[in-house]
Amino acid sequence: MIEKALKGNRSYWIWIAFLIAVIANGLSAYDQQRWFGLTVTGMGRDISWGLYIAQFTFLVGVAASAVMVVLPYYLHHQKEFAKTVIIGEFMAVSATLMSMLFILADMGRPDRLLNIMLYPSPHSMVFWDLLVLSGYLLMNLVSSWAMLGAERKGVPPKAWVKPLIYLSIPWAFSVHTVTAFLYAGMPGRHLWLTAVLAPRFLASAFAAGTALLILVSLILKRTTGFDTGNEARTKLAVLATYTGLANFFFLGTEFFTAFYSNVPAHKESLQYLFFGLEGKCQFVPLMWFSLISGVASIIVLLVPALRKSTPWLVGACSALVLSIWIDKGVGLILGGFVPSPLQDIVQYTPTATEIFVTLGIWGIGILLLTLLLKVVVAVKMEKEQ
Amino acid sequence: MMNEQRREFIKKTALGVLVGLGAASGLVPAFSLEKTVLPVWDEKPVPGKIRWGMLIDTRKCKEGCQQCAAACHHAHNVPDFRNKKDEIKWLWQNPYQKVFPTASQQFVSKEIQDRSYLALCNHCAESPCTKACPTEATFKRWDGIVAMDYHRCIGCRFCMAACPYGSRSFNWQDPRTAIHDPVTTYPTREQGVVEKCNFCSDRLVKGQQPACTEACPEQALTFGDLNDPRSDIRLLLEANETMQRKPELGTKPSVFYII
Repeated sequence: MIEKALKGNRSYWIWIAFLIAVIANGLSAYDQQRWFGLTVTGMGRDISWGLYIAQFTFLVGVAASAVMVVLPYYLHHQKEFAKTVIIGEFMAVSATLMSMLFILADMGRPDRLLNIMLYPSPHSMVFWDLLVLSGYLLMNLVSSWAMLGAERKGVPPKAWVKPLIYLSIPWAFSVHTVTAFLYAGMPGRHLWLTAVLAPRFLASAFAAGTALLILVSLILKRTTGFDTGNEARTKLAVLATYTGLANFFFLGTEFFTAFYSNVPAHKESLQYLFFGLEGKCQFVPLMWFSLISGVASIIVLLVPALRKSTPWLVGACSALVLSIWIDKGVGLILGGFVPSPLQDIVQYTPTATEIFVTLGIWGIGILLLTLLLKVVVAVKMEKEQ
Repeated sequence: MMNEQRREFIKKTALGVLVGLGAASGLVPAFSLEKTVLPVWDEKPVPGKIRWGMLIDTRKCKEGCQQCAAACHHAHNVPDFRNKKDEIKWLWQNPYQKVFPTASQQFVSKEIQDRSYLALCNHCAESPCTKACPTEATFKRWDGIVAMDYHRCIGCRFCMAACPYGSRSFNWQDPRTAIHDPVTTYPTREQGVVEKCNFCSDRLVKGQQPACTEACPEQALTFGDLNDPRSDIRLLLEANETMQRKPELGTKPSVFYII
């Protein structure tokens, strides 16, 4: 089936060539990092995780959000999602791969990666995260590939496919819950030390993931003529709206607990992110942009007439994805390190090398998604004719 | 047809060789690809018998004196990059509000505010860093010391995020270029791994006191067994009012301070 990804028009190949160039650039930046060490990034003793771990967190969310189409389609037989479901699953595959690559990029000694499996440590959340992530990657790739293959041949899928898909539903929740537990169990990092972190991770993931899925389906419609249907997109928009609302509700509860209780440790990181601390306010404009664009996009999506109009839908979904990317992919991780355990307020700016590596990994993920979706479109269009 | 059989044959042979190698390395120690000698486990005395701890009498700490940190960093080949971002430190001085941010900060006497306070790994009895480590590269020894295996560390920096005391440093670049006066009694580290104070486990096995304790001209540091009620450190803890860093987190630090 994969041979279908090798036939495409001129703009398809230009797009592939562009992605390969971005990846090559990323690899050369990564080579620098391997040689000189992580000193080439903006990270340091006090802010010891940065852009890489932030991308990882955001992308695990995108991966988990596939459940927003898998669950209604397979458990509740919502037929409108018939064409969307495989796009969601392949998006999960590429997002999971990217999140794993970001972990690899962040490691000081990637050559020792297998130590996680050689010395399994169930007390460490990383061990569980690696298990659930690799399981989720395989599960989605195998089941969606098998479904597509069966569809192409016009035969019912093998008996093991459905149970695997059912298993992927609770698994998706576990993936993002374990990711939240990576952070939520650390004493002394008060921005993360909150029981609402896992629910909030799920809510923001489902909002950003479905919004992204809407955008991908619109891009597919525009570039290939393959349309997953307005009905599916409108339903997804409703899902994005309410999960997005849940996300901002959870954020609100964080604010209440921190600022009403007035416990310094609980409010310092939030204060740093949204208002600045001791005159240092590196992320204040970004965080307010995230908050305002997120809330605005939800207001737009709440209006039925607007969410049915493509331009408004595209604008609102883009704003929602960007908002959650900033909130989760920048604020949450970096904010957790400020103030430091010794009350220092340290600035963090990613370096060019770090940004190139990041773009390179995004390039790998988008390339994989492009190839997978090319196969999907070829198979589905063939059937339609 | 021929081709397929051949492919099948190669596949099975390769699998057989791999399984054989794996089994041999597991069963026959001489065939193992990597050997680990862990004297910490081999010579394991009664568990919980010793818990090393330190008491710092901050009243005796003289301003401008850096001898403990200098001795520590020299004894352990701690690099000095002279920049804050790549900084590696095992033992260092700080103002009061940085070491004890959750202690009362109101109306603290000028004398207390002017003093410096040493920060180092607390070798917590309930250490969050060893819990977070996915490879047991940082682990609790039988004698309470939180140790590091630099050869197993994957550099994920989870322990750094988990430590509420900022006691861990990462080798953002090759440390060997920044060791100005290397010693041969302690190994240097490689780029990409985490390191921190080891309570001088390298000196304890030789029956010596930790380098910092020995170097202090004022005898401000007392090192000893917290589980022995007759040890000097326990007697001092009985006789004085002492503090631990962020005790509310339940990590049970083994480093105590007389303010």
